[in-house]
Amino acid sequence: MVWETVIGLEIHAQLATRSKIFSGSPTAYGAEPNTQASLVDLGYPGVLPVLNAEAVRMAALFGLAIGATVARRSVFARKNYFYPDLPKGYQISQYELPIVQGGSLLIRLPDGSEKRIGVTRAHLEEDAGKSLHEGLGDATGIDLNRAGTPLLEIVSEPDMRSPAEAAAYMREIHQLVRYLGICDGNMQEGSFRCDANVSVRPQGEAKLGTRTELKNLNSFRFIEKAIEYEVERQIDVLESGGQIVQETRLYDADRNVTRSMRSKEEANDYRYFPDPDLLPLVLSEAFLAEVQAELPELPEAKRRRFVASFGLRDDDVATLTASRELADYFEAVAATAEDPRLAANWVLGELSAALNRDGLEVGASRVPPHALGALLKRIEDGTLSGKLAKDVFEAMWRGEGSADEIIEQRGLKQITDSGAIEALVDEVLAASEAQVQQYRDGNHKVLGYLVGQVMKASGGKANPKQVNELLRRKLG
Amino acid sequence: MPRPTLAELSRALAAGETSSRELTEAALARIAAGDERLNAFINVCADEALAAAEAADRRRERGEAGPLTGIPIAHKDIFCTAGIATTCGSRMLENFVPPYDATVVQRLADAGVVCVGKTNMDEFAMGSSNETSYYGPVRNPWDVERSPGGSSGGSAAAVAGGLVVAATGTDTGGSIRQPAALCGVTGIKPTYGRVSRWGMIAFASSLDQGGVLALNAEDAAMLLTAMSGFDPRDSTSAEEPVPDYVAALHGELAGRRIGIVREFFDDGLDAGCAAAVREALGVLESQGAELVEVSLPKIGLSVPTYYIVAPAEASSNLSRYDGIRFGYRHPDAATLEELYKLTRKEGFGAEVKRRILTGTYVLSAGYYDAYYLKAQKVRQLIADDFRRAFAEVDLLAGPTVPTPAFRLGEKLDDPVQMYLNDIYTIGANLAGLPAASVPCGFVDGLPVGLQLIAPAFGEALLLNAAHRYQQASDWHHAQPEAG
Amino acid sequence: MALSRQDVEHIADLARLEIGDDEIADMVAKLSQILGMVAELGAADTSGVEPMAHPLEMAQRLRPDEVTESDHRELYQQNAPDVVDGLYRVPKVIE
Repeated sequence: MVWETVIGLEIHAQLATRSKIFSGSPTAYGAEPNTQASLVDLGYPGVLPVLNAEAVRMAALFGLAIGATVARRSVFARKNYFYPDLPKGYQISQYELPIVQGGSLLIRLPDGSEKRIGVTRAHLEEDAGKSLHEGLGDATGIDLNRAGTPLLEIVSEPDMRSPAEAAAYMREIHQLVRYLGICDGNMQEGSFRCDANVSVRPQGEAKLGTRTELKNLNSFRFIEKAIEYEVERQIDVLESGGQIVQETRLYDADRNVTRSMRSKEEANDYRYFPDPDLLPLVLSEAFLAEVQAELPELPEAKRRRFVASFGLRDDDVATLTASRELADYFEAVAATAEDPRLAANWVLGELSAALNRDGLEVGASRVPPHALGALLKRIEDGTLSGKLAKDVFEAMWRGEGSADEIIEQRGLKQITDSGAIEALVDEVLAASEAQVQQYRDGNHKVLGYLVGQVMKASGGKANPKQVNELLRRKLG
Repeated sequence: MPRPTLAELSRALAAGETSSRELTEAALARIAAGDERLNAFINVCADEALAAAEAADRRRERGEAGPLTGIPIAHKDIFCTAGIATTCGSRMLENFVPPYDATVVQRLADAGVVCVGKTNMDEFAMGSSNETSYYGPVRNPWDVERSPGGSSGGSAAAVAGGLVVAATGTDTGGSIRQPAALCGVTGIKPTYGRVSRWGMIAFASSLDQGGVLALNAEDAAMLLTAMSGFDPRDSTSAEEPVPDYVAALHGELAGRRIGIVREFFDDGLDAGCAAAVREALGVLESQGAELVEVSLPKIGLSVPTYYIVAPAEASSNLSRYDGIRFGYRHPDAATLEELYKLTRKEGFGAEVKRRILTGTYVLSAGYYDAYYLKAQKVRQLIADDFRRAFAEVDLLAGPTVPTPAFRLGEKLDDPVQMYLNDIYTIGANLAGLPAASVPCGFVDGLPVGLQLIAPAFGEALLLNAAHRYQQASDWHHAQPEAG
Repeated sequence: MALSRQDVEHIADLARLEIGDDEIADMVAKLSQILGMVAELGAADTSGVEPMAHPLEMAQRLRPDEVTESDHRELYQQNAPDVVDGLYRVPKVIE
């Protein structure tokens, strides 16, 4: 039987606020355990939550970016369950009336095709703390520094039909939240986390199969491998006459398997109800207009514009627009230099190599975009050969000055004066009777040798094209 | 001769006739002598009180004293007090020492008020008799075989018994007004959002409101003026200006329309209580108020509505008591499951467990709509009744409680009978309205309370009417014989 | 509205409350009594009525995104029954 895979993703993006969603505690990662847990984060008797304005702005920005309805009135609810890293015994979340409703996102697949994926909702909630098991024997230690960190939970429609589509969607959201500056996207530190709801059904069947929820898919690679494994597992179960149990499964990256999470087995009854400590969140048209005005150019639009106005290849555009910073750098270079293709090659080539070598973000590049643009102009006007330009770039990277200064200092100006080149050519021809004879006997391969001699005599400064032409003419 | 009121102590302090230290030592002595009998206090903090008293006296010497500076009072043990144990009447918090002050505690301390101790209460404020306290029942100063009411029974008994001149309380379904009525003191529950809930341990967050129990309306007004006002730490705190409630006490009642709530004079109301309340209404009329009968058709549903909404919120609010970050933890818990279940089994008393289970049930899958959502809709209908009534009248009036103080143990085995004790008080909580109870007579030597209810943020008028009534009556001067 | 022992045990489990054998019968009886009382609401006509979540007709106030809290771990953990290396210790959590 042919099986169809159906995937929906729940992405948790930590919002990049300074303080927590309901308290004034810092949100910095990696502090000593429980040193960033205030009375509110600890759920002390008598404490109360007050909502962080920045978390609201960021959620609204995301909603507008995916063309969703940003609710004029949304409500916070309590999700009740007991877990040691959940201090109050409930998580403040949004249930019936989330802040972001609907919307969609265009994803690009490896084969270059595109697909639109629906977003069901995105809601604000507080993160839980962490349970640590290492070095505590048969005990678990609870660190509540993360408790109360603002999260935007982005829930997709079950629109994905393959692990590759799921990974592409996850990448697209990851890129978007970073473009919007609302999440640092750091998966190692858990600022961007993904769970997947996976089911299979016979091709053509309209009804969804029983799904399992995969947790802990915290890299683009894992999500594909985990879903691949889970799909095979489900198909095996079904084809051997078994049934899929609706359950939460944990992906074990080391063994590349998914296993049932016993602790989450019990049928959850979260007893959601409106949180009486918080009032309805009401957003004005004026506020939403302000947020709308802050929307940057989004990846999708930027890609289309780069292809249209610069005539670049899709894969180059994809790389150039991967981050807002790189795209902005490229545009600044292209604005100075004339040829966008040349600009693209250099940004993706020399510049990226230098950045990687020194482990720098593009924002911290030792060669600012206008300076690189100025260098590329010297290639375009023939002042520098590509090879010399690379040397100049390295010098600029070392901080020896601007392109023109370095060209000046090193007298790297290419010799284009035909008189001067002709003189060199004549010298070489005079000194190379043997090769000249071979050429005239029809062995045109020696031309390369002669060109090399002239270049050598010019100290690499002669324009190779001109040298070629002159030699051919003189050798008749 | 009547004992001095808070206002009189304030004048004596201002006149230099006494000192805060003297008043505080006297209060501590009265507690030492009288609390054996009443069990009104869970914790007396003599050292902190005396230190605060001396600070208050120095403040007065510097000429920086306000009207409340140096006055010793008590806080209900539901308010967090930095460095002073706060139990909420529960074993769960037997050794809990808050690292912070509730806003109410902080504001009164800023005004120079001295806290002599923490008063006994029903566990987590869940009760109407003070019998659910882990620290033993409080006794009614008018008859120690009877309940002082609850949940602020310790505060009511401490004031009625003359141990302190005033005390703070909280009111979720009548927990200030009912004990005030049963102990013959003046109690006021402000508008929801008037007094900050920061540091006030939650029972039912959409109903809880802090207030005061005092000897009369003037004293209550002095304290309420200091306690009230916007608090940025409480999202449900109202950004309404706070009038000077003391200055507002003396307004004329002439031309005020007072609505007598027909439904409050039902079969359940003790005849003696009814007579006392009607007599009190006559006094208000003689003050120039116009009495009109009004109806709150849906008020009869307030008890069932409350016993869905309050337990639902409580079941969630009390989930934080898990033995991990604070409070009681069962010593033999080997697994996480046991840590939760044994800690909560031993840490909570029977009534708290009943409410947690009731609340869990009404929120659980399949029952939410039939119970919780339905209750929220009926709550709206009840609030509408009040809105309609206040389109006609300035105040509502009626009895606070159906009967005088009942015997300890009398209703302990019948939760529903116990719950019905709050039948007249719960409506104001559901609608979030300010309400007060003032002494208005006696039945068989036991106090009876007159309840007054005002529109939202109408505390000034509420206290004005109560004060006017007390100018024309002396029930609030009556005091039980010290045993 | 009569609850069964199983009903009570189920909600007790949701609420992480151990109900002793000595308590259960009384609990079943009293909860049934309470739910019987609140069942009165069923009769009320609430068609077209907006549920009232809150007595205040106000909107949520927003807090500026500022760090106002500092580390008080030592003080806050004085109330904790079992702490190790600044962590709250609990019996092993199985995932």
